[in-house]
Amino acid sequence: MNVENISDSRVSVKNLNFFYGKYRALKDINLEIADKKVTAFIGPSGCGKSTLLRTFNRMYQLYPNQTATGAIMLDGDNVLDKNQDLNKLRAKVGMVFQKPTPFPMSIYDNIAFGVKLYQNLSKNDMDERVEWALKKAALWNEVKDKLKQSGMGLSGGQQQRLCIARAIAVKPEVLLLDEPTSALDPISTAHIEKLIDELKEDFTIVIVTHNMQQAARVSDYTAYMYLGDLIEFGDTSTVFTNPKRQETEDYITGRFG
Amino acid sequence: MPIRLHDARLKRQTILDTLFRNLTRLAALGVLALLAAILGSLIIGSMPAIHAFGFGFLVNPEWDPVNDQFGALIPIIGTLITSVIALSIAIPVSFGIALFLTELSPRVLRRPLGVAIELLAGIPSIIYGMWGLFVFAPLFGDHVEPWLNQHIGTLPYVGPFFSGPPMGIGILTASIILAIMVIPFIASVMRDVFDVVPTLLKESAYGLGSTTWEVMWSIVLPYTKVGVAGGIMLGLGRALGETMAVTFVIGNAHELTKSLLNPGNSISSALANEFTEAFGELYTASLIELGLILFFITFVVLSLARYMLYKLGQREGKAA
Repeated sequence: MNVENISDSRVSVKNLNFFYGKYRALKDINLEIADKKVTAFIGPSGCGKSTLLRTFNRMYQLYPNQTATGAIMLDGDNVLDKNQDLNKLRAKVGMVFQKPTPFPMSIYDNIAFGVKLYQNLSKNDMDERVEWALKKAALWNEVKDKLKQSGMGLSGGQQQRLCIARAIAVKPEVLLLDEPTSALDPISTAHIEKLIDELKEDFTIVIVTHNMQQAARVSDYTAYMYLGDLIEFGDTSTVFTNPKRQETEDYITGRFG
Repeated sequence: MPIRLHDARLKRQTILDTLFRNLTRLAALGVLALLAAILGSLIIGSMPAIHAFGFGFLVNPEWDPVNDQFGALIPIIGTLITSVIALSIAIPVSFGIALFLTELSPRVLRRPLGVAIELLAGIPSIIYGMWGLFVFAPLFGDHVEPWLNQHIGTLPYVGPFFSGPPMGIGILTASIILAIMVIPFIASVMRDVFDVVPTLLKESAYGLGSTTWEVMWSIVLPYTKVGVAGGIMLGLGRALGETMAVTFVIGNAHELTKSLLNPGNSISSALANEFTEAFGELYTASLIELGLILFFITFVVLSLARYMLYKLGQREGKAA
């Protein structure tokens, strides 16, 4: 695994194993996530890429019988540590999901919701934060006149950008994107991809995608996974043009998967 | 010719389809006819009382069969107060039950608890009434009401509501029995609607660092508010109209007092108690008018709830 080319690592995954009950879904994963870069996880369905992503903010903890062993180091703390404060962790690690999930409240409140969990901002500061997040998510111009309207009334692509704005409004360090464009049309997808490119100036981004072209377009590093194993990891350009492993080449050339 | 055969079949299907459509329409219109018939017979039956007392019937606390003086104020207040108290107890408890069942309960407990709640909903109301009269009311009168008398009955403002004889039966007892009866309805509806909230929606709220309470209160409840309101309306409908259980424990006294510990009356328990002994046209007509008022109250409450939901939806820009 060529991880040595990542000098500035934000998250290090060490000997990570993940279990659904007795089933071992991730096998000894070792991985470095580069700071302020986009890292993509690709692989066929069931390879464990989403599972791996969901260990970063311990989302799996909502469900019984799901356990992780090993370590995920973020800012010198082990995310998997039992004493890890989940709320604090999730303030540092934001997440966006496969489908847009606007909360049943106004656009403004959607953005303010997460911020209010951690900060006590004045009305003015909150207004500024909401505007900042919506601008970052390239949504401000479309919604600035209807901030009081329900977030559920937006189009699918707008809703997903709203969810991205909601996640970054908390100012996390790491942004997890779990197939963020799988429910969107090509134009909205292009919007989001452009956005990802801009967001990496401020955030460390990890994206799970089943769309290899997308991984090639947006990511700096790519991890190819298969059946719970990390098969290959490296520069996106290297992985796609000159993969070291036969399995990777088979997958990205479409011979399999 | 095959084409002719096809035609005949098509024709027969068209006829059957028309027949079927008209049958379903008839069934649906039957509901409206039934409603109109009930309303009509209530109005006709209560005509003598309406002529005799006019609108004064609604605000007159007098209920004197001997002198043919009737007023509906006491049963109306009794019905409204018992229902309001019952709901204010039942709604938070039901929310807690539904929250526990959908988010916090270990998987093994989920099904037995759910079934238990559905069983509670199925118990006939007369059993609640008997249990209320023979078990709950004596215990309540011996242990809780004296405490209420001593500790809350002496406070300013709220005191008068909790002073009075601790005899077990009365408005408060009836309200609590009602609450117990409507909890299973509200709780099971809430659980069902909480269950259909998309997992991703909850995960996104958890993903921002929300606690279970914040997810339930700020995300799940607003998302399911129409269903939750429906469950509450179901409970309210039952509370307003509940007859047997209330009759057992409310005391059936036509008295207007501030104290919730005193016996009172509700519309449905007045009807249940007095119909068999109602003599004279005016007495019967007054009871029927009580029924009409109950019908009206239920109708107004349910319409208001619908209107409120509509307004709420509009404010959130869903209509836009």
